[in-house]
Amino acid sequence: MGQVANGLRDMVRLEAVGLQYERAGRPGADALRDLSFEIPDGGFRWLLGPSGAGKSSLLRLLHLAVRPTRGQLQVFGQNMSHAKRGDLPDIRRRIGMVFQDFRLLPHLSAFDNVALPLRIARLPEDQIRADAMEMLRWVGLAKLVDSRPAELSGGEQQRVAIARAVVGRPSLLLADEPTGNLDDVQAERLMLLLREMNRLGATVVVATHNEALVARHPGRQLRLAHGRLVSDD
Amino acid sequence: MTRSADRRAGSDDLGLRRALDDRMLPVLVAAMAFLAALALAGSGGASALVKHWQEGAAAAVTVQVPTPSTLLPRTDGTPGQTRLDRALALLRAAPGVAQAQALSETELTELLKPWLGSGGAGTALPLPAVIQVRLTGSGPDVAALQTTLEAAVPGTLVESHGAWVQRLAVLARSLQACAWLALAVVAGVAAAVVMVGVRTGLLARRESIEIVHGLGATDGYIAGRFAARATWLAGLGGLLGALLALPVLLALATLAAPFVATPQTAAALPVSPTTLAALASAWLAQLKTMPAELLVGLPVLPAAAAIIGFFTAQATVRGWLRRLP
Repeated sequence: MGQVANGLRDMVRLEAVGLQYERAGRPGADALRDLSFEIPDGGFRWLLGPSGAGKSSLLRLLHLAVRPTRGQLQVFGQNMSHAKRGDLPDIRRRIGMVFQDFRLLPHLSAFDNVALPLRIARLPEDQIRADAMEMLRWVGLAKLVDSRPAELSGGEQQRVAIARAVVGRPSLLLADEPTGNLDDVQAERLMLLLREMNRLGATVVVATHNEALVARHPGRQLRLAHGRLVSDD
Repeated sequence: MTRSADRRAGSDDLGLRRALDDRMLPVLVAAMAFLAALALAGSGGASALVKHWQEGAAAAVTVQVPTPSTLLPRTDGTPGQTRLDRALALLRAAPGVAQAQALSETELTELLKPWLGSGGAGTALPLPAVIQVRLTGSGPDVAALQTTLEAAVPGTLVESHGAWVQRLAVLARSLQACAWLALAVVAGVAAAVVMVGVRTGLLARRESIEIVHGLGATDGYIAGRFAARATWLAGLGGLLGALLALPVLLALATLAAPFVATPQTAAALPVSPTTLAALASAWLAQLKTMPAELLVGLPVLPAAAAIIGFFTAQATVRGWLRRLP
C-alpha cells in the first residue's frame, strides 16, 4: 500500500489514469485523461466540475464499474488495472455508492433494498434486520419500510439509496450528487452522516454541483474539467 | 416488525418470479419430458422384445426325424433303438441342451392343421417326428449337433431359429439406439428452451443484475438465483410431462403385453376390465409388465429436467456475466 507525506496509507491512488468508453465496438472520446492523485485512508474529497467534466466517470472507475483504459488505479492498495475479475466482488462490498439516479431495485421494498448489500455479503438474517431497520430509522423512513420505490418521492428514494450505501459500513464511500433530490434539511442531515462516516474512518468522495453545500462543509477539493484534473487542494 | 423485515433471507432479489415465466417454460419442458418418456418407452420396449425373443425362439431348436419308428441296427447287426429314440438320447446327452421332448401325435396334428386340415396326421403322408429342444444359456454348437445327429440318425434335420432372432435383435437394438438418440435430442432441446428462457430473464433484469453486481454480488450469487428458479420450473415441467405420459405408456404397455409378457405376468393381467376398480387393478398389473428402464426412467424425468435446468441456467448466466467488469 502506498504512503503519503503525512504517513497515512492511500485508500485510492491514480497514476496517469485514462478512460475511454467504447461506442459500437470502437473507441470513443476520452472520458478521463491522465489523472494522477491519491486519497489517504480516512480522507474526505469534494469532487467538483461542470457537467461532462468526468465526475461520474471517475466515481464509476473508483466503484470498479469500469476499468481504466490507461494508467494504474489502486484501491485498498490493490492494483485494479490488473486485478482478477473474481477478486473484484470482495472489494466492491467494501465500497458504498450513492447514485445520482438512486438505482434502487423497483420490485423490492425499501427494507429489502437497504438489506440487499448485507444479504449479498451473506450476513445472518437477525443482523440484517437490525442493521437495515437502524439505517432506515436514521434516514427517517421507518414508516415506509414496506414501500416500493415507485411509491416513494424522489427525496425518499434518495434516502433509501443512501441507507443502502452506508448499511454495510463501507471503507470507501462514493456519492454522486447525493443531495440533488433532497431539501436543505435533508441535505444537511446527509452531510452530517457523511462526515460522521468519515470521522469513523471511512474515506468519502462526494461529487456535487452544489457550491453552497461545499462552502458550508469545507474540505479538500478535486476539480475536473474536460476529463482532466485541474486542481487538487 | 414490518412485513419486509419479517421475511427470510434468500428472497427474490432479482425479481425472477416475474422475469422467468412460470407458464411457458414448464409447459415447454413438460412437452419435452413427454417426448422423452415416449423415447424411453421405445427403448424399453425394444429391449424387452430382444430379451423375450432371445429367451423364447433363440433358446429353442427344432429337430425333424424322418421315419422315426425305423429300428437302427446295433453294431452286431441286430435291431436296436428306433431312430427317434436314438436322436432323443443323443440330444439329451448333448451339452447345452436343457430339455428334448418329442411332440405327441396330437400335438403334431395341431401343428400341421393349417396345412393339412384336421385329419392331417391320419393321411398317408410319411410324417417325420418333431423334437422340441430347449437350450440352456449358451446353448450347444448347432452345426456340431447337426453333424452328430446326421452320423447317428441319417436324414435328421436341425432347425435353429437363432439366425432370425439375431436379425430381429439387431433391428430392435437399432430401434433402441434411435430411441436413445431421440432422448438426447429431446434433452438438448429442453436445454435450449431453458437457455432461451434464462436469456429472456437476463435481458428483463439487466439493470437489476448490474446493480446487484455493483453491490458486490459474485457471479455465483447471481447465477444461483437464476439456477434456483430454472431448476424449479424445469422440474415442475418434467413432473407434468411424466404424469401426462403415464396413461399413454400404460395404454402402450397393454397393447405390447402379448408380445413381451411371460406366462406368469400374462396370467396376472385381467382380460377386459369393466369397472374403474378393475381398470385400476389392470393398470397396476400392467405396471408390472412395463420395462424396468421405463419404471426407473419415468420418476427420474423430473429430476433430469431439474438438473438440465440448473446446469443450463448456471452456464448461461455465468457466460452472460462475463461482459460485466
